[in-house]
Amino acid sequence: MGSSSCAWERGGVGGSCSSGSSSASWSGGGLDKGEVERYARQLVLPSFGVARQRKLKEASVLVVGAGGLGSPVCLYLAAAGVGRIGVTDQDDVEKSNLHRQILHDEAEVGSHKAVSASKAMRRLNSGTEVEVHLDGFRAVNALGLVEGYDVVVDASDNPATRYCVNDACVIAGKPLVSGAAIGTDGQLSVYNHGDQCPCYRCVWPDPPQEGACQRCSDSGVLGVLPGIIGTLQALETIKVLTGAGECCSQKLLMFDGLATSFRSLKLRPRQEKCLVCGSSPAITRETIGSYDYEANCGGAMHDKGESACLRVLPESRRVSCEFLRSRIDGSAATDREFVVLDVRPKSEYDFAHLRGSVSLPMDALEEEVAAGAALAREGKDTYVVCRRGNDSQVAVDKLLRAGATSVFDVEGGLQRWSKAVDPTFPLY
Amino acid sequence: MVWVYLQFSGGLETLFDNVKSHKVDIPSKKPDRTTVKSVVSYIQKKMLKKNPEMFLKGKELRPGILVLINDIDWELGGKEECIVESNDVVLFLSTLHGG
Repeated sequence: MGSSSCAWERGGVGGSCSSGSSSASWSGGGLDKGEVERYARQLVLPSFGVARQRKLKEASVLVVGAGGLGSPVCLYLAAAGVGRIGVTDQDDVEKSNLHRQILHDEAEVGSHKAVSASKAMRRLNSGTEVEVHLDGFRAVNALGLVEGYDVVVDASDNPATRYCVNDACVIAGKPLVSGAAIGTDGQLSVYNHGDQCPCYRCVWPDPPQEGACQRCSDSGVLGVLPGIIGTLQALETIKVLTGAGECCSQKLLMFDGLATSFRSLKLRPRQEKCLVCGSSPAITRETIGSYDYEANCGGAMHDKGESACLRVLPESRRVSCEFLRSRIDGSAATDREFVVLDVRPKSEYDFAHLRGSVSLPMDALEEEVAAGAALAREGKDTYVVCRRGNDSQVAVDKLLRAGATSVFDVEGGLQRWSKAVDPTFPLY
Repeated sequence: MVWVYLQFSGGLETLFDNVKSHKVDIPSKKPDRTTVKSVVSYIQKKMLKKNPEMFLKGKELRPGILVLINDIDWELGGKEECIVESNDVVLFLSTLHGG
């Protein structure tokens, strides 16, 4: 602790009395009156106490991602009295974040997430110093960011960032508290903490193929799930910082929200052949800045979902949303019968679909094709829609290959429909 | 025959009709014991219906999938040659990324 500006003694551990002109009648473990009163409930805890509270006050944590996981991490760490918290993100708050990202509120939709997070933390605890990193976590700034903090919390939402955060932590020698949640499942582990402890790469040496992993933006997530895992990350961070208890290192905690079951899995130790923490690492202080995480570790360093970028069909097989509207309102110069086929998952069709459209999710469409029933709608013009206009192209392609003749992709999908034709159609 | 519980998590359950736990009966020459390798081969032949490339690379388990026998990482027990006995739980786990 620095020297006290108060009149009473608080730094000593023995029975020394306050000196000189001080009028204070008490001394303690290095916290002032306000701090003692604020953190009293954990100061009285025998397994925690004032020495650990002081460690928190002197500690710093970097939270990578101010989303569903980062929300409880930031809030609980600020509330617990961590001295300095850095938060990094690159996205703005969207309406579809609010069901789980409880750092942000309606008024912050459209604001930068890291800024919104910093406001929430400052509101909660003016004694915590909050640092905002607006550019997100990237290979070029990874080491610089990580080296400024004692512990790093991975609350990111994509594999490329996870590998990058891990590698920077290994190189800088920082413990990494890692959490992930999707759907109704979650995972938690502390990596790179202790001699035998593996890093993320030791356990998961092979990044997923691009497109092979589920994302919140596509697969969905029950809002409270990242809340549970993020809260556990805050707990593990406090334990790493203070030395309390036993950390979840060389273990992976798996949470199944539907079964309400936690399971602790025993992991391998640090691996000799690991690319970053092994005996002859390929990713080092010198190389990390130029390592291509997006190319090597499972895709883009964000979770904005795919954009409408697929082009599998010729122009003649594609129609615009405006054209589809003209068919629906009867203004098109044709009297052929038509059907609108919606290939999104049933859950998405159920919350919003075009009037009169028919639900045929991709799985069902594949089964239909396999069963030789792809020509069921022959004689009618078939317009295929999906969320963004990618799956619909794949679907049209499958139907054409199965012999259908009059099938068309609705370019840009229902997202385009909302923007170009009917703004009341929900964007999600 | 070896009776084992096969479990899939971290998204892998989507390859198995979204069922996370399966009790199966795996043919084996030795009574009551087999290897993870045979378990993977059984899954390939009997259980994997669609998107096999999400689970296998050639005939082997796709790198990136973690296998745990009775909740212990297979790296601690010999990987493909890990012994699996009746009533063991073999968990295939993929890492989650969402946040």
